[in-house]
Amino acid sequence: MKRRDLLAAGAGMAMLALARPASATPAEMAAAINTFTGGAKPQPGKVKFDIAQLIDNGNAAPVTVSVDGAAENVRAIAIFTERNPQTEVAVFTLSPRSGKAEVSTRIRLATSQRLMAVARMSDGSYWSHGVDVIVALAACIEGEAP
Amino acid sequence: MARALIHMPATAKRGEVIEIRALIGHPMETGYRVGADGKLLARDIIRSFVCRYNGEQIFGAELHQAISANPYIAFFTQVTESGTLEFKWDGDNGFTHTETMTLTVSAT
Repeated sequence: MKRRDLLAAGAGMAMLALARPASATPAEMAAAINTFTGGAKPQPGKVKFDIAQLIDNGNAAPVTVSVDGAAENVRAIAIFTERNPQTEVAVFTLSPRSGKAEVSTRIRLATSQRLMAVARMSDGSYWSHGVDVIVALAACIEGEAP
Repeated sequence: MARALIHMPATAKRGEVIEIRALIGHPMETGYRVGADGKLLARDIIRSFVCRYNGEQIFGAELHQAISANPYIAFFTQVTESGTLEFKWDGDNGFTHTETMTLTVSAT
């Protein structure tokens, strides 16, 4: 990359810093969870959100969410973040034939923040687990692909 | 054309719970990053993933920008009968990819 390109990219980054939508807030996360639950308040418990407390690379953080109890009672599992540009991460739909209520994936984290996993049960109840993580290398800060 | 990898046992006993791991090559461009020209790169992500077991949906996922590039999803299912599992990813810009795997139920 030429110096000229680098400077141009730098200028772009500066503009992005101004134009970038503000990161989501705890209130936005609460609103997103509220949309997922349809107004019901999730109770803490049953759900286990497994993620490293210190994340080296925010571009790909492995996460596993599992729910205690009979797997056929779990209908959906959703993951939310507090300070990513967008609150929703993923919504997984399970079926009575899932056998085991556990899903794993890899997510992006923009900064150190609080994450929530919420599970929807067949009886209409919601259970959640929140974890705080520290992110060393944040996602979405570089212009080039990681 | 995207490349997808599915990891699952080829044979299983009836009633057994098996793990299925699905990985697909995709940049999952968030729409928040800038390119070398200083302009925002358009969003290009996979929005949904569905797994069907002999036509019946057993797992689904709605993905957002916070899912890493080359989305990896692991989940479980209970084996009922021999048949095919169909995996389908759908995304922005008309992206779609389907993989099919066969599962054989062994005796006992």
